[in-house]
Amino acid sequence: MNNAKRFNALRTVLSVLIALAISFVIIFMVSEQPVEAIKYLLVGPLTSKRNMGNVIESMIPLIFTGTGVCIMFSANQINLSGEGAFHVGGLIASCVAINMSARVVSPIAALFCAGIVGAVFTAIPAVMKITTTADEMVSSLMINYLALYFGNYMLNNVIGDPKASAASYKLTEASKLPVLFDGTRVHFGIIIAIAVAILGYIFLYRTKIGYELRLTGENEEFAKYSGISIVKVILISQLLGGFVAGLGGGVEMLSPIYARFTWTSLLGYGWDAIIICTLSKKNPLYTPFAALFLAYLRTGASIMARRTDVTLEIVQITQGIIILLVVAEQFLSRYKHKLIAKEAKAALKEEEAA
Amino acid sequence: MENQAVLQMNHIMKIYGNGVVANEDVSLELRKGEIHALLGENGAGKSTLMKVLFGIESPDQGELILNGAPVTIKSPQDAISKGIGMVHQHFMLVPSLSVAENIILGVAPRRGIFIDMDKAVESAQNIAKEYNFDINVKDKVEEIPVGIKQKVEILKALYRGAEILILDEPTAVLTPQETDELFIQLMKLREKGHTIIFISHKLDEIKKICDRATIMRSGRSMGTYEVADITTQEMSKLMVGREVSLTFEKNDQQLTEQVLLKVRNLTVNNSQGVLKVDDLSFDIKGGEILGIAGVEGNGQTELIDALTGLNKKYKGIIEIKGKDIAHSSISDIRSMNLSHIPEDRMTSGCAKNLSIQENLFSNQYKKHRYSGKLMLKRKAIEKRSDELIQEFLIKCRSRKQNVGMLSGGNIQKVIVAREFSTCPDIIIANQPTRGIDVGAAAFIRQRLLEFRDAGCAVILVSADLTEIFSLSDRLAVMYKGKFAGFFNDAAHVTEDELGQHMLGIKRDEVLEGVLYE
Repeated sequence: MNNAKRFNALRTVLSVLIALAISFVIIFMVSEQPVEAIKYLLVGPLTSKRNMGNVIESMIPLIFTGTGVCIMFSANQINLSGEGAFHVGGLIASCVAINMSARVVSPIAALFCAGIVGAVFTAIPAVMKITTTADEMVSSLMINYLALYFGNYMLNNVIGDPKASAASYKLTEASKLPVLFDGTRVHFGIIIAIAVAILGYIFLYRTKIGYELRLTGENEEFAKYSGISIVKVILISQLLGGFVAGLGGGVEMLSPIYARFTWTSLLGYGWDAIIICTLSKKNPLYTPFAALFLAYLRTGASIMARRTDVTLEIVQITQGIIILLVVAEQFLSRYKHKLIAKEAKAALKEEEAA
Repeated sequence: MENQAVLQMNHIMKIYGNGVVANEDVSLELRKGEIHALLGENGAGKSTLMKVLFGIESPDQGELILNGAPVTIKSPQDAISKGIGMVHQHFMLVPSLSVAENIILGVAPRRGIFIDMDKAVESAQNIAKEYNFDINVKDKVEEIPVGIKQKVEILKALYRGAEILILDEPTAVLTPQETDELFIQLMKLREKGHTIIFISHKLDEIKKICDRATIMRSGRSMGTYEVADITTQEMSKLMVGREVSLTFEKNDQQLTEQVLLKVRNLTVNNSQGVLKVDDLSFDIKGGEILGIAGVEGNGQTELIDALTGLNKKYKGIIEIKGKDIAHSSISDIRSMNLSHIPEDRMTSGCAKNLSIQENLFSNQYKKHRYSGKLMLKRKAIEKRSDELIQEFLIKCRSRKQNVGMLSGGNIQKVIVAREFSTCPDIIIANQPTRGIDVGAAAFIRQRLLEFRDAGCAVILVSADLTEIFSLSDRLAVMYKGKFAGFFNDAAHVTEDELGQHMLGIKRDEVLEGVLYE
């Protein structure tokens, strides 16, 4: 690892620490019991098996959408419809899971459909970009509402259980994902999630198409000049990113958390994915770690909110600061320059000696 | 006053954010009232040193002493307030404003919250008169010729109280007459006690006007000399570091039978609809280098884009090895063994945030050697990367280093290594040695000749006439999208003749030998 890379890792860690420090200051200002609150925030998740389970459980959707966004952002396709893909993925998975009750086959079919629908969904902005040069950032942002209201329509008119309010019929038991540890809600989805992160890494860094994606993402002109089909890259990156996000929605739906489809608003995992992608520097392999961090922070915050007078929003502030610091290129640039200068000077000396 | 140092830059070191050491150890001393040449090749670090002086970059080591006191210069504003002015190679003027407005811009005389225009014109006129500049200050900048624009730039600096004036390659854009006029002005400035830093690599100009010269080579100062005491030969040797022969040993030509690239009635409009390539026809066989000379912007870029498949909207016929490429993609064209060294290495030649290895395979990762149906063959790619780094003398820490961390010459070597390692039959080299050090340039030129000897067809577009002369077998001059001249034996063309064709003074109607029919 050279200095520049070490610096990037260091900067991420430092950003996290600074953000936490700022949160502590705020907690001290607003709380009657600040020490208590900070204690719950930092070690709360470790205090019981159930709390630890909560951390793992909330990592799962983050890994999926995070990996999806990593794939799209690596190709410099700033597609923000992961949010909607996750939503329709959950919707379709519930439709399948309501109607199928075959063991093993049912969850597989539900997840497969969720992925496909997610892929088709995120591909809409991609196709619009190819055919009409519509900017994918804008179209993908707006299309998320399509997912939300389509979900609401389905809930009200097609899969809604007349006996329940704003909820679908019950998903069949056979289609649910099995719980891995008793006393928690940690389910089989974590294994799929980690597999997806690893496969995402292999795809981006070890396959021909992944190479094409990254080359295009770094310099489209260069990719074109090298003979790479940009249209193919735009399409494949967004199809795949959407597939993973949709799959994530399906997994979340089939988890023990839900018995029925009840999503009447967007859950925000698509946005969280951008945080995950930023923290993991677009490499899917790091998404489980970034997801762990975020999930831990949120679990800690909700324990803190339950036990003390500090509200959950404090964590939103922390998250915001982290992202601002990580993306701020000039943050610590003086220190970075010193590192690089040191390295260059050492290289000069070496040359002279040789 | 004589021999008094107004400015000393001692042991300046500047390292850029990508790790490139632009100034390693440079010292410069200016005496009051002299014209001091700063001499060096592209990439020697002249501009960096001047950016340090003008406050655009801050040095990593070294000290600046201005009028006997150590100073730090934080910004161009700071430099101006300390009496340092700079005239950039690309003028920094507002075209829609008048000369007077440009001169007073930012330091305008005011009346209340408004600019006092009368006073502005008056003071602009005064300063022009004071320095004997023959300028109508009410003219709009967009309407005046280049030579006058430069005078406006100089006046702008003087108006802000510049005692030390930096001129970055001032003659590059001037005609010989304008250059003479500039020199007269500069000498007058010297008489008035101004100190001038004159950046150039034209040795005869330095001989003509400068008192002393500091010579730079690859980030170091090679010493300061009285111009009267040093010959141009000695200067060039110090600049380059060794005797570089610009003529290459060329073997006898052996042409292939087959015409490898055939172009007929090629016409290309640019995206604004302007005609850039006008009904161009030519042939090229294996075993020859076709040089294309010409002032930039005469259709060379558009010609190359059409030949390499980057632009498919052309009229006419392009055939590679007998196959019409009208419907071939860039990837199809590349698989016909065509290699392309692009004009601008950073925009289309590489991805600066990817590693050397990843940049070396963008045109050949699909080959069976380097990938299977789905996966890349990492071992083979890594091994080949190390081989190429050695073979092409790419200076780097490892194949994993990002290309953006390398120097210009080494980036170009990465590109050349990639393009030359596919055993090409046709090489299209667009400005292959622009802005890189002499060693790397000589290396690339030698390679081009080797490919020619091996039966490859080479098209060489270059603004460097020495390069064109020393490599080309046949030579075309582009002017306004056409060949204004064509020479079957590049060795027998004089520079003067070439110049006349380049400027469109001489235009041949019949181009003998351009087609092999």
